[in-house]
Amino acid sequence: MQDDARPKLIGSRVQRLEDPRLLTGAGGFVDDILLAHTLHVALVRSDHAHARILSVDVDAAGALPGVIGIYTADDFSASPLHATSRMKGYQSTGITALAEGKVRFVGEAIAAVVAESRYIAEDAAGLITVGYAPLPDLVDSCIAAASDVLLHEHHESNILVSRKFARGDVTEAFASAAVRVKDSFRFHRKTPLAIENRSYFADFNKGKQALTLYSSTQVPGVIRDALAEVLAMPGHSVRVVAPDVGGGFGGKASLYPEEILVSLLSRTLGQPVKWTSDRLEDLLTTSQAFDETIDAELAVDKDGHLLGLKAEILGDVGAYSIYPWTAALEPMQVAGFLPGPYQLANYQAEVVAVATNKTPAGPYRGVGRPAAAFVLERLIDMAAQRLGLDPVDMRRRNLVQPDQFPYRTGSGIVWDQSGFTECLELACKGMNYPALLAERSAARQAGRWFGVGVASYAELTGIGSRMSAAPGMPINTGTETATVEIDASGAIRATFGVASHGQGLETTLAQIVADELGVPVDGVQVIHGDSAAVTHSTGTYASRSAVLAGGAAHLSGQAVRAKVLEAAAFMLEADADDLNIEDGIISERGTNKTLSLAEVGRAVYSEMGRFPLEMRAELDLRATKFYDPEFGTTTSATHIAAVEVDPETFIVTVKRFLVAEDCGRLINPMIVDGQVHGGIVQGIGAALYEEVVHDQNGQALSASLVDYVAPSAAETPKLEVLHLDTAALGTLGGYRGMGEGGTIGAPAAIANAITDALSHLNINISELPATPERIYRLVTQAIEGDT
Amino acid sequence: MIRKRPITITVNGSTYARDIEPRRLLTDFLREDLGLTGTHVGCEHGVCGACTVLLDGVSARACLCLSVQADGRDITTVEGMGEIGALSLLQEKFRKHHALQCGFCTPGMLATAHEILMDAAPLTDTEIREALSGNLCRCTGYEHIVHAVSEALKERLGSIATGSALNAG
Repeated sequence: MQDDARPKLIGSRVQRLEDPRLLTGAGGFVDDILLAHTLHVALVRSDHAHARILSVDVDAAGALPGVIGIYTADDFSASPLHATSRMKGYQSTGITALAEGKVRFVGEAIAAVVAESRYIAEDAAGLITVGYAPLPDLVDSCIAAASDVLLHEHHESNILVSRKFARGDVTEAFASAAVRVKDSFRFHRKTPLAIENRSYFADFNKGKQALTLYSSTQVPGVIRDALAEVLAMPGHSVRVVAPDVGGGFGGKASLYPEEILVSLLSRTLGQPVKWTSDRLEDLLTTSQAFDETIDAELAVDKDGHLLGLKAEILGDVGAYSIYPWTAALEPMQVAGFLPGPYQLANYQAEVVAVATNKTPAGPYRGVGRPAAAFVLERLIDMAAQRLGLDPVDMRRRNLVQPDQFPYRTGSGIVWDQSGFTECLELACKGMNYPALLAERSAARQAGRWFGVGVASYAELTGIGSRMSAAPGMPINTGTETATVEIDASGAIRATFGVASHGQGLETTLAQIVADELGVPVDGVQVIHGDSAAVTHSTGTYASRSAVLAGGAAHLSGQAVRAKVLEAAAFMLEADADDLNIEDGIISERGTNKTLSLAEVGRAVYSEMGRFPLEMRAELDLRATKFYDPEFGTTTSATHIAAVEVDPETFIVTVKRFLVAEDCGRLINPMIVDGQVHGGIVQGIGAALYEEVVHDQNGQALSASLVDYVAPSAAETPKLEVLHLDTAALGTLGGYRGMGEGGTIGAPAAIANAITDALSHLNINISELPATPERIYRLVTQAIEGDT
Repeated sequence: MIRKRPITITVNGSTYARDIEPRRLLTDFLREDLGLTGTHVGCEHGVCGACTVLLDGVSARACLCLSVQADGRDITTVEGMGEIGALSLLQEKFRKHHALQCGFCTPGMLATAHEILMDAAPLTDTEIREALSGNLCRCTGYEHIVHAVSEALKERLGSIATGSALNAG
C-alpha cells in the first residue's frame, strides 16, 4: 500500500459485486449453459457394493429413438489416472470414466447412455441390464483391514496407507500422570451436500481440436492438468472453466469420473455433452468425509497440565484413493492436528486408512480437524471434570501462550503467532460466561437438561510451498497468481487462478486491487475459475484463496500502480513520487495537474509516439505476480455452545452459539461473518443431524434429503461472531484463511455441551452425530446401569 | 413417442403457448424451454426448496410440478422479481445483509421470502426461521437471511401502515 493510498476498501463491509446477477437469476451455473446440439448423459450405476461385472445388456436401450450411443469402459482406451503420494507404503487406485470389470461401491457408474435429451437418456438407462457376480461386501473398516478379500486385486491389503508418529517421551508422560482419561470416539460419515449438484458440460471443438469443460469444480487448474494427461492433449487445448459454482465445501475439490467421461464423449461424438447429477447420485458418489474411529488417551498432571496424548486412528476412506488428495488426506490430518492449540510435548499416533466398499472419502470443510478437535476437546473436558476444574480454566492453563510462538506441536506442525488465549478470553467475555453458567444453574434447578460446551482449536491456513495441502501429495498447492491489467479504455481486470464458489472473491480480491490502484471497487473486474486465464493454478480449497490470491493481488496491484505512475509522470512532466491516484484520477501533489486512468490507458496503447521509443518496449499497464507464503499461517478460535436436551424426545436444541476467532486482518467483515456462520451450521449438522448410513451390504440408506438431514433455519440458533482483527505477521496483507473454521470447532463445542447437559447421568458423548436415538440409548443405559 | 399436449402458461407477465410432453417437469420447461435458468434444481424431490417459484402467487416446488399442471396458470420466477439496476426490496435487503454466498438456493429463498412479505403478518425472527425452513442453504448458516427478511418485512409492514405503494417483493 502506498503512503497516502491508505486502505479504504480493505476492512470495509463492501457489498458484493457478484450479488446483482445471482439475485436476479442471471447467474451462470454449469447446468444453466445451453448450447445447440447438446447431448445428454444418464448413467447406469451399480446397485452392488462389491461385484464383478459379468455383462451389460444394452440392446433394448440402444433401440430407443433418440439414443445416440451407449458406452462402457471397453469403449475407451484412456489409461487410469492415479493419485500419487510420497508416503511410504501408500497403495494408489486408478480412476477411470466408468467401472472396469468390477464395481466397488453402490453408485459407481458402469454404463453411460448418450441421448438427445436427459429424459430419453434416463428411459434408456432404465432398460439396461447388468449381470453381476457378487463379491463379499467390505463395509466395516476393521473387517476390511484384516480381510483377504481385496478391493483392488493388485494391492497387498486393503490398507491404502498407514503411519506412526511419535514425539517426546509418551511412556514417561503417562507414567507420571495424575489423571489419565480415554475413550473410543466415533465420527460417522457425512457428505458435503452443496445445494448445486455436480455438473459437467464438455464442448469439443473439432476445428481447433480443443476441449472446453465447464465444471462445477473448486479446482479447475487441477482438472485441466489431469484431463490433459488422460486425454493426451496439450494443456493449451484443454480449458476447464468453473463458472458460478453452487457451493463446494470440499466435495467439488477432486477429479471425478464424470469429468473424464463427458470429455471423452464430446471428443468422440464431436458435440457438446452434458451430465448433471441428481441428488441421489450426489449422495451416492460425491466424496464423503469423517468416518473415523479414534481411540485416544490423554495424560494430565494434578494441576491440569497436559502431559501426553496417544491415539489410534482408523479411517474408512471408501473404495478409491481420491485424486489428487489421496486416501491419506482425512485420517492423516486428524493425526496432524490432534495435539491442538495446546502445550503438549509428548504425542504418539498411529493412523490406518482402509479401503471399504463405500463412496470414496475426500476433502470436506476442515479436513481432519473437526474430528481432531472433537476428540481432544472431549478428552480435555473429561480431564477437567476429573480434576474439578472449569473447562475454561483447563484450556487457559494449557493453550500455547502469546510468548511461546512459534510453537512446534507434537505432530510437528508449527503454529505462528495467533490469538489462542485472546480468543478464549474474548469468547468468554462475549458470551458473558459467568452469566451463562448462572443460567445453566437456574435451568437445572427447573429440571431442564441444559449444558455449556467450550472448544478451542487452531488450524493451518494459506499453506505455502514448503508444506503440502495433503500429506504426501506431490503437486504444488503453495503458490497463487494474479495478473492485473489496465486496458486501452482504462478499465481494470484482475485475473486469478482461484475459483470462487460462494466466498465472494470477486469482491474481496477487487477490494485489494482497488486499494492498491486507488480506484473504486466496482471498477475492478475479477476473472477467476478459468484454467486458460493463467499458466498454473489449482483452485479454491483449504482456506487459501484470501491469503495466496490476496497476496498475489497486492503484489501485482503494486506493480501496475508503479507502471501507471511512470507513464503518468512522463505525461504530466512530473516526478512519479509526487503523484497519487484516488478514485481513478492521478494527480500531482501541490498542483492541479490531473489525468484519468482512461487517459493513461489510451496514451500507452493507442497514441503512437506519445512516449519515447526506449520507454515503449516496457510500457504496458500489466503485471503478473505470484505469491507463496512458504509455510502458511495459523487461524485460531474458541467456540462456546449452550444446548438443551429434551428429556422426553432427546432432541438437542442449540440455544446459543458464539465464536471468537483470529483470522488476521479482515478484508470484508461482512463476508468473514458469513463464512463463519455457514461453517458453524455445517458443524451443527455434523454434530447433530448429518450422517451417511450404509447397511451391512453397503447399500446407502441415507439416499434422499429426507434421510440425510441438513439443518434448516428452524434448527439453527442466532449466531454470534467476534474477531480479534489483528494483522497476521507472516502473510502479505496480514490475512489468515477462515473458510473452514466454523465447521472445526462446532462439533466439539456441541459434544461438550451435550455431555455437560447430561452430566447428572455421567454420560460422555463420544459418538457424533448425537442423534436423539443415540442419546436415548445412552440415557437408557445410564439409568439401567444405576438400578 | 409420447403424445404432446398444448399448454398456455404465463411466466413473469409473458404468455407462452407450447406443445409439451405430459411428463415434462416445470423446472425443465422454465429452464430449458424458456431459458429462465434462474430457477435452480437442487434435489428433485421437494426437500431443498431451490426450485421454489410462485404459482398464482403461492410458493410451489417447480421440481414436483409437471408443466401440464401449470396450464392456464401464472408463474413468477426470480427473473420476474427485479433486475440488475432495479432490484426488488427483498433483493436489496439480501445484498445489503450478505444473505447469499454461492447464490444457488437464493432464487427459491427469495420466492419463499416473497410469500412471507405478501402475507404481511408481523413475524419474530423465530417465526421467520420457521417460515424459511423449507429452503435449505449450505453457505450462509441462515443468520444473514433472517436479517434480510426481517428488515424487508418491517419495511413492508411500515409501508402498508402508511399506505405507500412500496414494491413488495
